[in-house]
Amino acid sequence: MTHIIETHQLTKAYNSLKAVDKLDITVESGEIFGLLGPNGAGKTTTISMLCTILKPTSGTATVNGFDIVKEAMQVRKSIGIVFQDPSVDDRMTGRENLLMHANLYGVPTSEQNNRINNVLKLVELEERADDLTRTYSGGMRRRLELARGLIHYPKVLFLDEPTIGLDPQTRDHVWKYVRELKEAHDITVVLTTHYMDEADRLSDRIAIMDYGKIIALDTSSKLKETLEGDVITVKADNLEALLSVITEKMGLQKAHMVDDALEITVQNGKSLLPRIVDMATQNKIYVESIRLREPNLEDVFLHYTGRTIRPDTTKELHGLAEARRRAAAR
Amino acid sequence: MTELRGFYTLWLREVKRYLRDRVRIVSSFVTPLLWLVIFGTGVRLSLPYPGLNYQQYIFPGIIGQTLLFTSMFMGISVLWDREFGFMKEILVAPISRTWVFLGKMIGDSTDAVIQGIIVFVLGLLLGIKLNIFTFLELLPIMLLVTFGLVSIGLTLASFMGSLEGFGTIQSFINLPLFFLSGALFPLRGASIPNWLQIASRLNPLTYAVDALRNVILGGAWTPFQIQPLWMDLGIVGLFDLIMIIIGTWAFTRMK
Ligand SMILES: Nc1ncnc2c1ncn2[C@@H]1O[C@H](COP(=O)(O)OP(=O)(O)OP(=O)(O)O)[C@@H](O)[C@H]1O
Ligand SMILES: [Mg+2]
Repeated sequence: MTHIIETHQLTKAYNSLKAVDKLDITVESGEIFGLLGPNGAGKTTTISMLCTILKPTSGTATVNGFDIVKEAMQVRKSIGIVFQDPSVDDRMTGRENLLMHANLYGVPTSEQNNRINNVLKLVELEERADDLTRTYSGGMRRRLELARGLIHYPKVLFLDEPTIGLDPQTRDHVWKYVRELKEAHDITVVLTTHYMDEADRLSDRIAIMDYGKIIALDTSSKLKETLEGDVITVKADNLEALLSVITEKMGLQKAHMVDDALEITVQNGKSLLPRIVDMATQNKIYVESIRLREPNLEDVFLHYTGRTIRPDTTKELHGLAEARRRAAAR
Repeated sequence: MTELRGFYTLWLREVKRYLRDRVRIVSSFVTPLLWLVIFGTGVRLSLPYPGLNYQQYIFPGIIGQTLLFTSMFMGISVLWDREFGFMKEILVAPISRTWVFLGKMIGDSTDAVIQGIIVFVLGLLLGIKLNIFTFLELLPIMLLVTFGLVSIGLTLASFMGSLEGFGTIQSFINLPLFFLSGALFPLRGASIPNWLQIASRLNPLTYAVDALRNVILGGAWTPFQIQPLWMDLGIVGLFDLIMIIIGTWAFTRMK
């Protein structure tokens, strides 16, 4: 069995709203699978169904070979989950929370102490283990939840926005743990996020989800390749002249004016930068600034959905979107 | 085996959380103490029960009241768990809802019984004559009384969305059960209207209070008892069983 998770037309509807709409995905054993999408895309709903918390409206899915409806108990034994919202018992200590979990999941008594100490070490909470978790910081609680999800050696670990609300340093830590885990225990990880960099850095494959549907699924680099290439933005004193130099003398056809700059889409942006400056100088054009943007997941997202993942992303992106629209109109 | 360990864990959790909540424990003395002092020593109601003073009469009733209020209130743990998110951890665990319910229910019952013990000790301090055998006999009976009541609280809470709603519904149930149980004043005899007597007879708490009186007052109560202890316990046990079945069902459908 190589597909540790398979869904077939998996659907969850709330009245007329299809939170998850005929989802067909397969997750390979041992990979880190990223589910990327904006608020309300249906990520948590998908995970909730796979974790047997929610019953699908229609469609089926298997996790570790077990049907999520008919064999829910087997599925539960196979998985670990870190919920999007907090779920530790704040009147219990960190260690007690872990012990409760170990007991609920039937970890042999003889191994409990050992495993608890190991996961505490992994998330660097040994020193605070015997304090009530209500005295923890948000990031410490998050790490405890992560530790908890691992105690029973799940086959599949679901992480729903594991780093939400964490500082950059702690996010880095969490990413490190997740990667270590995957390698050390051969765990399959399904991760949801709306942080592009998180999906990019952690996932072997990424599914972009929007309005309950998967709109793209591939490795990060393959997804980026579907875009046309790097974008070079040049500002100069004589843009008209520069445009003709670039299209005629350098043979770069994908160049056009955007407001007060020139945008050129190319395959090998890095090596072209100095040549563009050279050519401009030779033709007595003064280059004020030149900038290279390699495509990121944000662009991929924009490409597939026509929207940015969050409404308030940088102006730069709006400019880019506008440029695309104009390019499309031409 | 795994299920039993899960059950034990959930039971232990309820008890630990309760014991850590000092405010709750301390405030739990206050109400029964007021009742015992004000009603028990201040009010001199004349009872149709020769040989018993009013304080002796209401003492088992106050224990019954404490068990009732505490047990019903325990349902709030479901709402807290949902509020603070721990409920998800329980619901996704590979343990059947029956055991989840039983763990929580028996854990909460244990807490309510601890509360009952506190009142028992208050009674000792106030000079009510009690002995260790009464105490030992009382423990399992108090536990039996709480099962059904805790189950009602948990069932209600599993249907409720908010703390406020739970509080309101709870007092709708608590007060009639309490006042119709004969805990504070007799509800039998020629002077009591028929409908009130019938209502009291339909109230499971009436039998719980009668059972507590049978144990605590012993021979002094035998001439006035509603029925022998074993019959009281039979009715309470049946009530428990029904409520446990309903509660388990309520937990099975909980999301
Ligand atoms: N219990 C519910 N009743 C009605 N609608 C719901 C319910 N739960 C979720 N939804 C809707 O389903 C859609 C998907 O929600 P979901 O929580 O899966 O999104 P998400 O991708 O996890 O978003 P986020 O990034 O904000 O966590 C949303 O439109 C949401 O409003
Ligand atoms: Mg979500």
